[in-house]
Amino acid sequence: MNQTTASSTAATIASDAFALDPADREAILEERAHYPYPQAASIEALKIVQKRHGYVPDGAIPAIAETLGIRIADVEGVATFYSLIFRQPVGRHVILICDSSSCFLTDYEELRDAFVAHLGIQMGQTTADGRFTLLPVCCLGACDRGPTILIGEDLHGPVTPDQIPRLLEAYS
Amino acid sequence: MSRILQSASERRAETHPLTWRLHDDQSPVLLDEYRSTQGYEAVTKALEQHTYETLTEEVKTANLRGRGGAGFSAGFKWSLTMKGEDVPRGYIVCNADEMEPGTFKDRLLMEQQPHLLIEGMILAGFANRSKQGYIFLRGEYHRAAASIQRALREARADGWLGADVRGSGWDFDIALHTGAGRYICGEETALINSLEGKRANPRAKPPFPGQSGAWGLPTVVNNVETLCNVPGIVNHGADWFQALSGDLSSDGGTKLYGVSGKVKTPGLWELPMGTTGNRILELAGGMRDGLTLKSWLPGGGSTGFLLPEHLELALDFDTIGKTGSRMGTGLLTVVADNQSMVSLTRNLEEFFARESCGWCTPCRDGLPWSVKLLRALEAGEGEAGDIELLEQMARDLGPGKTFCAHAPGAAMPLASAIHYFRDEFERGITRPKGEAHADPIPVGSV
Repeated sequence: MNQTTASSTAATIASDAFALDPADREAILEERAHYPYPQAASIEALKIVQKRHGYVPDGAIPAIAETLGIRIADVEGVATFYSLIFRQPVGRHVILICDSSSCFLTDYEELRDAFVAHLGIQMGQTTADGRFTLLPVCCLGACDRGPTILIGEDLHGPVTPDQIPRLLEAYS
Repeated sequence: MSRILQSASERRAETHPLTWRLHDDQSPVLLDEYRSTQGYEAVTKALEQHTYETLTEEVKTANLRGRGGAGFSAGFKWSLTMKGEDVPRGYIVCNADEMEPGTFKDRLLMEQQPHLLIEGMILAGFANRSKQGYIFLRGEYHRAAASIQRALREARADGWLGADVRGSGWDFDIALHTGAGRYICGEETALINSLEGKRANPRAKPPFPGQSGAWGLPTVVNNVETLCNVPGIVNHGADWFQALSGDLSSDGGTKLYGVSGKVKTPGLWELPMGTTGNRILELAGGMRDGLTLKSWLPGGGSTGFLLPEHLELALDFDTIGKTGSRMGTGLLTVVADNQSMVSLTRNLEEFFARESCGWCTPCRDGLPWSVKLLRALEAGEGEAGDIELLEQMARDLGPGKTFCAHAPGAAMPLASAIHYFRDEFERGITRPKGEAHADPIPVGSV
């Protein structure tokens, strides 16, 4: 995302057509009830939108701000900080490859290169058919099973390069 | 998915307070089973026999030191929380943002025994006069989230959470807050900002969270494993907790130790605090065939490298601290003789550079610079003076130079890798000083 001032961001994104799904709006308001101040629900709100759309469209930012009664800039600030909030479309399945030290020592780089070769995309890219996106992730906390990956909500490990074709069959 | 590699028959209530209830099949311990195995008895005892002051004193006497890596006395931290009849009740926050490279202990506790954490949080909430608890869980821990949500519902339905806890007249509840990535969220004050729905930049201290934390109210942040130790201390007393580690360590209790890297059986074990690295490596079956241990990290990516000779030391906060490293989370990462220290250090600094929140200059600009130098050394394109420059950077990123502990954490493996394995770094130098690196390699391009 290019750097812009908060106000110009707001002007740009306010023009995008986006309607918050009523169920999502309700879910966001329910999250809001868990905290003394509404801003605390902003991260969860972004995740709710992302769950439906796969990513957070620009138009969702003012819609969330309006729902929570907080500033657009505050939602935008959060939406550009956290690595698991996606600001552009991603594949149906996001493959997070752990690149931290324990997986590095159990040869994650070979595994990463094998994913790149198998899918024909670089890290950070999405396959042309919209099926997979490849991203790095911090230590997944399963270092005894390194190298580890997370596909959607499924943790896999240890994963060897030759297992990739079979492993991906489960994700259509 | 991670497993305790001690079978259920080896783990007993008196000696394995964190793991004795865990099932060999890794299924979670639910409320009925938890309650039939002393579960929530510590809450009952606290409500009947303790004031918030005496409970804090008990944990302080037990010398329970923070298991998130810093080793700060939990009871002492609690004693610093602003509390009293005339002070608004604040928050107890569980730091469940486990993201330290090489650390895989909290996930297991949350997935398989969430009630132990909830009970520990209720006790911490009681001792700190908190009105609300939050479990700050990293977003990638989906199974732990489901397990905690289920346990929170069970505990609420059974009267352990909510208004008038078990008829005591005391109100306390816990909510689960899941994150959306970024290692920096594990830093105590950055975590509080993230909980408030802000960018996870650290805050200036003072005021400390115990004075003014989440939403300006007194806030205590404790790690998952730390909180899971509290029910045992309340049930059996500070002396029992101290005795768990016997003569091995002046730090009380047990520790979830583990090993990852190229060992035969990587995994987790609950052992007395102060168990030696040699014993833990032995439990892991030693290095895989054909490999020899060259170096190891005692407890995560932000701890300093050590040598095989240090494996004979007790793994506790003070003993490992004397080597210049830190025990950190106590989960060992082992490096084999055929693995490059330059490459591993490059990998670690890439991690810290990417995960810097960008709030202060030494961290934001220094870490990518260190990565650039390390990549050149790794490619055999370093120039004379690069190693000294890296050493200078490790000093300039050290404690007191930056806003939070992120950069000092990054400096520790960098300084120690050069200290112990300087020859490996020197082999990467092939150019005279002043000659530009052939291809500046973009940092953070992913």
